Amino acid sequence: MAKQPNTNTTDASGYWAANVRIILISLAIWALVSLGFGILFRPLLSGIEIGGTDLGFWFAQQGSILVFIVLIFNYARYMNKLDRQYGVDEQ
Amino acid sequence: MEQYTLNLLVVGASFALYVGIAIWARAGSTAEFYAANRGVHPVLNGMATAADWMSAASFISMAGLIAFVGYGNSSFLMGWTGGYVLLAMLLAPYLRKFGKFTVPEFIGDRFYSKTARIVGVICLLVISITYVIGQMTGAGVAFSRFLEVESSTGLFIASTVVFIYAVLGGMKGITYTQVAQYCVLIVAYTIPAIFISLQLTGNPIPGLGLFATHDASGLPLLTKLNQVLMELGFNDYTGQHGSTFNMFLFTLSLMIGTAGLPHVIIRFFTVPKVSDARWSAGWALVFIALLYLSAPAVGSMARLNIMTTMWPNAEAGQALDGDAIAVADKPEWMANWEATGLLGFEDKNNDGRLQYYNDADPDMQAIAEARGWEGNELTNFNRDILVLANPEIAQLPGWVIALIAAGGLAAALSTAAGLLLAISSAVSHDLIKSSINPGISEKGELLAARISMAFAIALATWLGLNPPGFAAQVVALAFGLAASSIFPVLMMGIFSKTINSTGAIAGMLVGLLATLLYIFTYLGWFFIPGTNMLPNTVDNWLFGISPLSFGAIGAVLNFAAAYIVSSMTEETPAEIKELVESVRIPRGAAGAVDH
Repeated sequence: MAKQPNTNTTDASGYWAANVRIILISLAIWALVSLGFGILFRPLLSGIEIGGTDLGFWFAQQGSILVFIVLIFNYARYMNKLDRQYGVDEQ
Repeated sequence: MEQYTLNLLVVGASFALYVGIAIWARAGSTAEFYAANRGVHPVLNGMATAADWMSAASFISMAGLIAFVGYGNSSFLMGWTGGYVLLAMLLAPYLRKFGKFTVPEFIGDRFYSKTARIVGVICLLVISITYVIGQMTGAGVAFSRFLEVESSTGLFIASTVVFIYAVLGGMKGITYTQVAQYCVLIVAYTIPAIFISLQLTGNPIPGLGLFATHDASGLPLLTKLNQVLMELGFNDYTGQHGSTFNMFLFTLSLMIGTAGLPHVIIRFFTVPKVSDARWSAGWALVFIALLYLSAPAVGSMARLNIMTTMWPNAEAGQALDGDAIAVADKPEWMANWEATGLLGFEDKNNDGRLQYYNDADPDMQAIAEARGWEGNELTNFNRDILVLANPEIAQLPGWVIALIAAGGLAAALSTAAGLLLAISSAVSHDLIKSSINPGISEKGELLAARISMAFAIALATWLGLNPPGFAAQVVALAFGLAASSIFPVLMMGIFSKTINSTGAIAGMLVGLLATLLYIFTYLGWFFIPGTNMLPNTVDNWLFGISPLSFGAIGAVLNFAAAYIVSSMTEETPAEIKELVESVRIPRGAAGAVDH
């Protein structure tokens, strides 16, 4: 696709809606792995054994942190693409 | 070489490095002093943020905090890392786009109100000053422990070093010393962690070793730990012993509080671009995770090590099938650390052995009576010992012990410097430049910033020498206030166009006051013992919410008050709506650097 030379055609509300959407998805996962798997739903995961304890314990002490890192890098990558797509990236 | 000389050499070399960096990275303008001229590479900023964030408490105390409670204190791990997700998505990129120097400056501009800015400054000062006290006392303690000087002498040495690089270099000097300090502290933390993991499980990665098999017993490490602890009347390690609801709220409060700490937020003002702010938050979490993924492993392994040291038979079998350790056989590190007052033992029944067990447990009391024990004989067991004595327990060479000294000091100094910059820039930029003397020249403001920094260091040193009796509660207060005041107002400033100045001020005050009131109700007015209106026990807590977990509730009250008040008062002006539009898109960030 040809690059739009005119930056005035940017759709700011579309860009923002897409940003809010990925934030909501990311934060849902953020809450699920830590507050969810690590705390609230730990009893439900107690059947899944991992190294002498259960999956909930692993999420609370290791897994949630690893997922957080993936979430941030995924967000940064996605937003850089979105910035260019909507022509709002920094030149 | 003697251990003391080695400690002195390693710590001295690290300090020489910091001072060298300070001379190289002098600040020549306010943009350099406040934001390192926005020229910091995102990966380096990630490292600096990690050092800024990880305090003496993270380095020295966190493994012990987890080890003595087990699963229940996972809140610290999830809370202190989860906040970075909020920062990366809800605050950092937009505040970088806004392109100013301080957090209250954004609050003042977005809510077109000097009052809002001043309320922001007050929140920032309360948070950062309470936080810095712990860092200064931490630095003093680390000095006295490793270099055998008076704690106050140690504090003066630490203040002098921070003074040199913070006053000379401002954010620029602080940034590059923090990068160096990160390298020192992570090496110091990781080497003993790898060794203890190798010794216990054969796995060199501590985070994997935590879930691996304990070589000596052939059982999974955590199973073994649970078994030894329960045999001796302690709570099991992996079980939950507090309320789920409170753990949930506490974790959430730490997450929101982390994202609302001004000294962490301003680190993201130093990167060149909005996209760099996003990457940088990711790198910061990677560097933080290197320590935080190891910490729970260090905690559980060191605790198991100590249990099997006290009960040699527990190594491969049941603790109580054998005898407790004989006083004569106790390892050298136990004698060494007894001298520091962090470890204490007493052969109460004079049987020549040291029985370590939970003497509050009824089953253990019965066993003790049958065997002629007269109470737990490991009478003093400071949780910090798990990290501090780790190299000695693992029988590592002297230079590793010296590294722990340098690492602990790096952690305390880097956090102190970041806090001091947040304090001094709020004073010179938000108070002097904005309110007292708006006509001040660039040179004049730079001088004012340096003088504010010098005063902030003097104040922090004084507070470190005369710590208020509530040092331990203070950090909880800082998180509660950051969560209930700063985070919501920043987020609403970006994600809502309808919140107006009256609403924002109402929100900040409601969040701040509700949180303070709740904390003071249980911990005493201004933490003065005896002035609490209700005893600080689970039965008295409102809906079972601990005062430490209240930050998340304070944040909700802040959001609610801001929305209700805004909907009843004037609409936000058109130019403010444009300002919100402009912080939401990255384009044009570079142009906003100077103002």
